[in-house]
Amino acid sequence: MSEALPDEAARDLRRAAEAEAAALPALLIAAEHLANTVQMGGHGRRRAGAGEEFWQYRPAHSGDAARFVDWRRSARSDSQFVRDREAQLAQSLCLWVDPAASMRFSGAETGRKARPEKLARARLLALALAISALRAGERVGLTSPLAPPRPGKAQLLTLAQALMAETSGLDYAAPDLTAVAPQARVVVLSDFFADPAGLEAALLGAAERGVSGVLLQVLDPAEEDFPYDGRTVFTSMAGGLRFETREAGDLRARYRARLAERRDRIARIADRAGFAFSSHHTGAPAQTALLWLHGALAGGWR
Amino acid sequence: MTMLGPLGFTAPWLLLGLVALPLLWWLLRATPPAPIRRRFPGVALLLGLADEMVQAERTPWWLLALRMLVLAAAILGFAGPILHPEPVVPGRGPLLIVEDGSWASAADWPRRIERLTRALTEASAAGRPVALISLADPPPAAPPFTEAADLIDTLPGVQPKPWEPSIDLDPAKLLPAGRYDTLWLSDGLDRASRAPLVKAVQAHGTLKVWQPAVPVLALGSASVDGTKLKLPLSASAPVSRTFEIAALGADPSGLERELARQPVTLKDAAQAEAIFDLPPELRNRITRFEIAGLRSAGAVSLTDDAQKRRKVALISASSAREGLELLAPTHYLHQALAPSADLVEATLADALPVKPDVIILADVGEVAERTELQDWVEKGGMLIRFAGPRLAAVDTSADPLLPVRLRQGGRSIGGTMSWGEPRKLAPFAETSPFAGLTVPDEVTVREQVLAEPDPDLGARTIAALADGTPLVTRKTMGQGAVVLFHVTANAEWSNLPLSGLFPQMLERLSVSARPAAPTAEDLAGQTFTPLKRLDGFGLLIATEAEAGVKGEDLAEGPPGPDLPPGLYGTEDQVLALNTLPRGRQLAPALWPAGVAIEGEAAPKQMPLAGFALAAALVALLLDILATLALSGRLRGPRAAAVIALAVALMPSPPQAETMSEARAIEAASNVVFAYVPTGDGAIDQVSMAGLRGLSQTLTRRTTVEPSEPMQLDLETDDLALFTLIYWPVTETSPTPSPAAYVKLNRYLRGGGMILFDTRDADLAGMGAATETGRRLQALAAPLDIPPLEPLPRDHVLTRSFYLLQTMPGRYDGPIWVEAAPADAEQAEGMPFRNLNDGVTPVVIGGNDWASAWAVDDVGQPMFPIGRGQAGERQREIADRFGVNLVMHVLTGNYKSDQVHVPALLERLGQ
Repeated sequence: MSEALPDEAARDLRRAAEAEAAALPALLIAAEHLANTVQMGGHGRRRAGAGEEFWQYRPAHSGDAARFVDWRRSARSDSQFVRDREAQLAQSLCLWVDPAASMRFSGAETGRKARPEKLARARLLALALAISALRAGERVGLTSPLAPPRPGKAQLLTLAQALMAETSGLDYAAPDLTAVAPQARVVVLSDFFADPAGLEAALLGAAERGVSGVLLQVLDPAEEDFPYDGRTVFTSMAGGLRFETREAGDLRARYRARLAERRDRIARIADRAGFAFSSHHTGAPAQTALLWLHGALAGGWR
Repeated sequence: MTMLGPLGFTAPWLLLGLVALPLLWWLLRATPPAPIRRRFPGVALLLGLADEMVQAERTPWWLLALRMLVLAAAILGFAGPILHPEPVVPGRGPLLIVEDGSWASAADWPRRIERLTRALTEASAAGRPVALISLADPPPAAPPFTEAADLIDTLPGVQPKPWEPSIDLDPAKLLPAGRYDTLWLSDGLDRASRAPLVKAVQAHGTLKVWQPAVPVLALGSASVDGTKLKLPLSASAPVSRTFEIAALGADPSGLERELARQPVTLKDAAQAEAIFDLPPELRNRITRFEIAGLRSAGAVSLTDDAQKRRKVALISASSAREGLELLAPTHYLHQALAPSADLVEATLADALPVKPDVIILADVGEVAERTELQDWVEKGGMLIRFAGPRLAAVDTSADPLLPVRLRQGGRSIGGTMSWGEPRKLAPFAETSPFAGLTVPDEVTVREQVLAEPDPDLGARTIAALADGTPLVTRKTMGQGAVVLFHVTANAEWSNLPLSGLFPQMLERLSVSARPAAPTAEDLAGQTFTPLKRLDGFGLLIATEAEAGVKGEDLAEGPPGPDLPPGLYGTEDQVLALNTLPRGRQLAPALWPAGVAIEGEAAPKQMPLAGFALAAALVALLLDILATLALSGRLRGPRAAAVIALAVALMPSPPQAETMSEARAIEAASNVVFAYVPTGDGAIDQVSMAGLRGLSQTLTRRTTVEPSEPMQLDLETDDLALFTLIYWPVTETSPTPSPAAYVKLNRYLRGGGMILFDTRDADLAGMGAATETGRRLQALAAPLDIPPLEPLPRDHVLTRSFYLLQTMPGRYDGPIWVEAAPADAEQAEGMPFRNLNDGVTPVVIGGNDWASAWAVDDVGQPMFPIGRGQAGERQREIADRFGVNLVMHVLTGNYKSDQVHVPALLERLGQ
């Protein structure tokens, strides 16, 4: 990747993400089902297997090839010993950032209290997470087949470019997790305004393959507070939906009730599929969200 | 113009637009306010929600009404409404404008000028030629008709005169020939010359009169009645109102101020009298009376000697023998003076402390308190001595309190033992103060004291006998004078005290007060020079070398161009000629029937278009706010801005008149510097930063550790709490109020210091060549500032902490401090003079010290000074000057006292 000059936006995103990730300790994602994965990685499983770290000496028995015998140890006694290594494996982390038009919303684009678009915040979080995972030796990729999980620093640029390139003309989008390898961890960053049925299908399908992960809802504070009054015509970001009201202020309570209901629904789906779920506002610093993501991935279920 | 009651419209057809208002109602109602379009991802959640309120579907009625109001006000405004419009009938042909121009016009002069301007503008627009005549200042010949526009330019030169138009105006000479209309701006007073002029004017064309509805008021001359001053107030028509008469005069410090005020109530009357009963000290100070709030020469009444009561000390050597009152030396003096003067009859030692104006010694030979009396005369007293047997008996050659040396013994002319006849008086010389008085034939002198021949004798003689021997001699001493009557004050030596001439002579010598109304005879033969002149508005103007006026004219003539009202004086007396001649009865002017009189009583025409349009604009603004509020756009910062604007537009409550306690404690608890705000925010910031920098320098280098500097509020702060006041002067520096000046003066007297800084590198050299220089002069004029001099090399400021030669700031110009006393001497063995007294209350310069001292928040200098290292050196010297200045304020002349150190050391050594 280094010979190909990455475009400016991707570099900027990576720079910002590295700044965010610098504050976190190296992220070690808890790998649950070590035995079933064959990929080597940094996660010691406290038993003998393929790996780099020393685990134990054991008496050689039939079937052990002579080249596995540790001669230095065997010389100190009468029998032959074999040097076992601790089994290690790397975890796969797959990211999905909602590319839909609805994510390109910012409640305050200019001014003193300008907030970034939801998409920008989501990309930043995704890449920050990727950086810390890559530092820990994990393999990171996107859910799409375009960027399968790979370890190493070079993967970072690929990820950044793929994230920047991924946009959609649709108003709302649901994740497609069919290409995710079994036992991988998935991080889904979205506003979850799309029909939850799609999400439910994707998550349950993934759960069947042993995939787990986290869902983070990225919202603008305006979407939470609904600070509108008067006669207003609301249109979706891509213009597909249109809604007119004579007194927007009246709708506030009912909108927030619906939002809470939606959040509830997503949380239930996540629970069933074994995913963790939380919300993040673009008005808040990205650090808190990253901490939560880190915690949720490292600590297993929440 | 169309009239609707008192309203007129210049463009009435526009009002038809009002018919369209209902249409607008219908249109506006049909259109609800436009919606805002918003992009909002959460719209997915909104789908299916229904509106509960339907308020915004149609424009609310009150908003509709507001918008209709906007439109209606705009239509009305453009239709040009005028309240009480003056019917304009365009005239034709030439126009003659006659202005009385007397003192009675002065009270409402601006309105007259306004009316004149209007008339001229109208005439100019109509192309009518105009001529203007001021009757009080009549042109020598009939004025020609000229362009009205040209006359407008000359209007500022037209001023009311402090007299009335002359009685014998000749209409034929005054009025131009031909047909023309006339506009007469009358002052409202009737006078004899008016009727013929009206007739003459009407012969030329129509006459229109403009005359104010309020009666004319005037003050007469004050007269004395015992201890009271009576002041007649007359009006041209009966009125019912209370007027206040103010008596003005010099206070003990010589400034003119109001000494007394007396309300006078007219109850449907045209005449009233204000009676002032004041102590003599106060009454003698009064120089004029005024009707408060009226600007006119007629509302001013000047006073002169006639209103003053002098304090006269009568002293005779011997107490009269009992029962021989008529022989007492002072009897006739007493009779002559008692009505018009306050008499003090005591011994000389008792009389001197009460400070009499005049001391009369009747036949006193030896004066015991000679030096005291001489001092008193030299300070302006008038000593009048009368001869007698005692004076004749003593040797007076060494007596300085006599105008001439006297021959001992005197002479007897017409006694039983002499051959001669009693002598008569010679007529008085032109130069004598008695000039013009008639000498009665029956006055004779039988005995007198004789003057030694002397070169000065002729000049000192102011009255003589027929044979030329001096009868009255006078000598000036310092500011006063000594007068000697060579006869006795009683009838022993002559019958002069019995004659009517005697009180007249005393009066001419200003011993007794003149009668309030002097007759021609009283003033005959004297020439009065104008001292001060009244202008039409009642202001006293100094005169410059004007020709003298004969006393007879002054007594008789009403004021006129040749005899302007004012103060006239001779060497000995002052006479006031008031605007209102004695006996003038004010009466309202009457005009023949058929003359159109345009008065001030009619309400003024008032164009309302501005108000209507302003109302439309205000309603429009309200509409904007209401629309914003309705459509939900008036939120957050917008609402805050609207509220802030509304709060800003509210009248702010009056500020506290005194310094707040917290501020006073802060200022009093430590050394605090203050600066006077200039009204220019940038300069004030620099002043603040400069004083802060100076405070930091002082804290670092000396034991003076000042607190944070303060911005001074001259009106409320107690200045005594501030150590040093820095006063930057700009072209636009605001002038403090008189009360603030009182405080500033108290501050300066109490040892405070003000550092004036013109910040212009002293380009003007403290002159008025620059704007700031002029401003500084104007600002500092009311301050008690002692004489100043450029900082001498040995001033204590140069060594109060650091040794300095220059006092630079950003510039390095000279500075000015209080001048050293003239008798300052160089101390022995020291390079500087002995200047121990007085901290200079002001330091004046233009070096922009604050900029040199100014530091920013991190203690870095705010402004560059000079170039490179030399500039930094200059900043250092500037800092040192600041330290020296503060040390000078705080320690006074402590360092100057060092001149005594050698002497002290020497004494200690012994």
